[in-house]
Amino acid sequence: MKKLINHPENVVTEALQGMESAHADLIKVHYNPNYIVRADAPVSGKVGLLSGGGSGHEPMHGGFVGYGMLDAACPGAVFTSPTPDQMLEATKAINGGAGVLHIVKNYTGDVMNFEMAADLARSEGIEVEAVVIDDDVAVQDSLYTAGRRGVGLTVLAEKICGAAAEAKHSLQEVTEVCRKVNSQGRSMGMALTSCTVPHAGKPTFEIGEDEMEIGIGIHGEPGRQRMKIKTAAEIVEMLVKPIVEDLPFKSGDEVLAFVNGMGGTPLIELYLVYNEVQKLLSAHGIKITRHLIGSYITSLEMAGTSVTLLKLDDQLTKLWDAPVKTPALRWGM
Amino acid sequence: MTLSRDVLIRWMQLFAQSIEANKDYLTDLDSAIGDADHGANMHRGMQAVLSKLPTVAESDIGSILKTVGMTLVSTVGGASGPLYGTFFIQMASGASNKMELTLEDYINALQAGINGIVMRGKAHLQDKTMLDALQPALDALKQAAESGASLQDALEQSAAAAAAGRDATTPLLARKGRASYLGDRSIGHQDPGATSSHLLLQSLVDAVKA
Repeated sequence: MKKLINHPENVVTEALQGMESAHADLIKVHYNPNYIVRADAPVSGKVGLLSGGGSGHEPMHGGFVGYGMLDAACPGAVFTSPTPDQMLEATKAINGGAGVLHIVKNYTGDVMNFEMAADLARSEGIEVEAVVIDDDVAVQDSLYTAGRRGVGLTVLAEKICGAAAEAKHSLQEVTEVCRKVNSQGRSMGMALTSCTVPHAGKPTFEIGEDEMEIGIGIHGEPGRQRMKIKTAAEIVEMLVKPIVEDLPFKSGDEVLAFVNGMGGTPLIELYLVYNEVQKLLSAHGIKITRHLIGSYITSLEMAGTSVTLLKLDDQLTKLWDAPVKTPALRWGM
Repeated sequence: MTLSRDVLIRWMQLFAQSIEANKDYLTDLDSAIGDADHGANMHRGMQAVLSKLPTVAESDIGSILKTVGMTLVSTVGGASGPLYGTFFIQMASGASNKMELTLEDYINALQAGINGIVMRGKAHLQDKTMLDALQPALDALKQAAESGASLQDALEQSAAAAAAGRDATTPLLARKGRASYLGDRSIGHQDPGATSSHLLLQSLVDAVKA
């Protein structure tokens, strides 16, 4: 294992310390229990937005704490859900009297820990709602599985709900916006290489020099199929087709297209992927009216990409365009 | 015979030892169908419980069980933290101010703990989860109590039923957690949660005998 670390056990804490000193104008970091909170929290009269999950997906979620996006984020150990005590403290720290929304990615551990935290917070008199994001079309959604995983759409939901909260929408309204984003967005990803969890010390999975995994999860979970590598155009078709068919996206739809890097893929390739996505969608009569390109929800140093499409309307477009100022995403101010 | 505070403290100490001894085994089971952290996570949690036990040695049984649950919730992470944590917190709910548990008290506590797991995990029997070890253990405990068995005999029958339930998870198709994504590939592997659940109930037998 070759990594820029001091000790595998200290990776999360030392990275948090780095964020704290780099972005003191935007965020504060609390330790034991660990959570990142907006510097001006709690904002009186505003719905508080909390997300969280295992570390290793940076900049998600801590990099999205700030004006117009999250009020707090709880980082767990690498690829391990944070715990309810963290979430409870973060919920209390961002409760400005208008309630708190938990944005949760659909993984069994994350869902259960957030449920416990919500129970605890409600018993302390804080109004809490939760929305579970489950956008990964690579996974079969049925009564007999834990359901679809939460992936790229989480980033878009955090931005859009953050804008709704900043506009002082009620907890009920922000929750509805979040559910709408989840119902109108779909994602799928792929990997060219594996990733190595620092305390594991070896790659999460083995993959040949000439192979790729289609439908990968953000923790290196197996996808739909392992196959020989193909051209970017062919790969993009394997990602976009299931997404378009699933919702389904139809001719005339306006969408936000999010081309995400898994951590080890350079921007030049992501733009190349975006070019293919754009060509394919335009052939389907689907118009990209907003886009996001870059590595925002990563899987450590994994090389690969994911594509997320979100069907837009005037409300969602306006919320997407609203100003945001966080360590990892900022525009309009 | 009843379960005293000392027995409960010893139960937790022996469970911590059992988890430590089976840490790699649990992780191996979990790496086949999960994310290879069950042994390490439970070990971290039970070590934290061990360090908390002295602070509740003089407390009532409800406080002891609640402390165990809260400690597991805040240290284990993943899905096992909320599940084991909820189990102990719900067990504690009927045991506040009690200094000992009769067999009937323990049956009620175990029932409450299992109800908590079902509520939290939304699992059904045969989903290939810890419930597949715990529910048969509770059923065996109730049967033993009805037939007038001693506390120790009832606990032994309960742990034996948990072991049988654990073994019966191997041919099952996983319907909860990360293992459910594997579909048919989850068949043929013993469930790690059912395995640690049996260790928990076996530790209580050992604590009573000690």
